[in-house]
Amino acid sequence: MKRNLVSFATGGLFGLGLLVSGMTDTRKVIGWLDVFGDWDPTLAFVLGGAIIPMAVAWYVTRTREASVLGRAFPAPPTREIDTNLIAGSVLFGAGWGMAGLCPGPAMASLSWGGLGGIAFFVAMCVGMLGAPRFTAALSARI
Amino acid sequence: MGDWAMGLAGGLMIGCAAAVYLLVSGRVMGASGILGGLVDGTGRATVAERLSFIAGLVGVPAVAVLLTGGAQTHITANLGLVIAAGLLVGLGTRMANGCTSGHGVCGISRLSARGIIATLCYLAAGGVTVLIFKHLLGLT
Repeated sequence: MKRNLVSFATGGLFGLGLLVSGMTDTRKVIGWLDVFGDWDPTLAFVLGGAIIPMAVAWYVTRTREASVLGRAFPAPPTREIDTNLIAGSVLFGAGWGMAGLCPGPAMASLSWGGLGGIAFFVAMCVGMLGAPRFTAALSARI
Repeated sequence: MGDWAMGLAGGLMIGCAAAVYLLVSGRVMGASGILGGLVDGTGRATVAERLSFIAGLVGVPAVAVLLTGGAQTHITANLGLVIAAGLLVGLGTRMANGCTSGHGVCGISRLSARGIIATLCYLAAGGVTVLIFKHLLGLT
């Protein structure tokens, strides 16, 4: 129960942060990616602002055995920098630039994003479902 | 307030949410991972936690927008483009095992090489895509 409450509260704060920062406005996001046109630097402040408390949190994990609710802290990533990381991030970036939405803001703006927002969300879920098959097919070819 | 100040304030809220999620629940706050585990069933053991997170993520901004009277959204009316973009975002984030929140916010802040490389790749791909779709094709 406590875990679910913490999840709800952090999901809510995350969503409010996305709303306040402008990340749920696709025009602002596309403006940030529009380096060759009318560049909007706002998202640098969003990312910078988000990294500061998180860097402190990672530092605090070094001084503690486990999280407040008892679960161990996530171990450092063991996976290497591989084709999936790079190809996946490139595909994700392409979709991000086309619509101006990434997964967090797509969910945060679901209630007011209209038909376009819902279509994006459903397509994103379909893409997630297809990922293991696509990855297997890709690694069979390389 | 200027856009940069709103960006910074919102960013700090995002970072605080991620920090609480890590320190209290012991999890990395990654939007694509939390949703993806529900969609493909790999997160079966933590369904309630994932659903609660998404309920907050969708519901709290919904109430805030209702109370403050609307939010800016400029999602393109081109449904084909929106669907293609959604497919790419879903596929890519699961292949790469993370998106802007997981690799960007949580990865960079722990100086993870994977997070930094992923972020450079999606930023570069996003920039090139906007160049093509906005300036060359005039679609967005």
